[in-house]
Amino acid sequence: MTLTKAEIVKNLHAQTGFSKERCTELVESVFELMKQELENGDDMLISGFGKWSVKGKNPRKGRNPQTGSELMLDGRRVVTFKCSRKLKESVNLDT
Amino acid sequence: MNKSELIDALSKKENLTERQATDVVNLIFKGFTEELKNGGRIEIRGFGSFVVRDYGSYTGRNPKTGGTIQVAPKKLPFFKVGKELKERVNSKK
Repeated sequence: MTLTKAEIVKNLHAQTGFSKERCTELVESVFELMKQELENGDDMLISGFGKWSVKGKNPRKGRNPQTGSELMLDGRRVVTFKCSRKLKESVNLDT
Repeated sequence: MNKSELIDALSKKENLTERQATDVVNLIFKGFTEELKNGGRIEIRGFGSFVVRDYGSYTGRNPKTGGTIQVAPKKLPFFKVGKELKERVNSKK
């Protein structure tokens, strides 16, 4: 079982009065807003669920595993997610 | 940005009332939590995916006292960033 955008739209449609088309727009909007926030380098915090942050990675020396030659890997920005205590507790309920 | 700011931004962008925007955002994350609670996975194309990872028990140390402690097995949600988000975040240095 996998929760996809289509499934989220279906649930939203069933739980709100909005049409499926409108629900699709709204779901797209929510993720687009979150992506924009992270793109700008800002954190996205959803209390009770978790927090996405953007972390900078320094350039480092690496190796091409195929040839063994050294090369420089550029610095980059990555997205990390930290789950909230509440979510962690929910996920561990049955154990 | 936190949840209430996200709700605010959504209501402005989509001409929703505060109440409607709150419901939409809350329902999305409620659905996320339910899915992960049931051990399922989430896949949002362009944003990322979640799986629940199982961690076995291990012997850890209390960093303060140095004493050993047994850490119980646990499950943790793991987020893998999607291609589009990964590229967008990295394109602005």
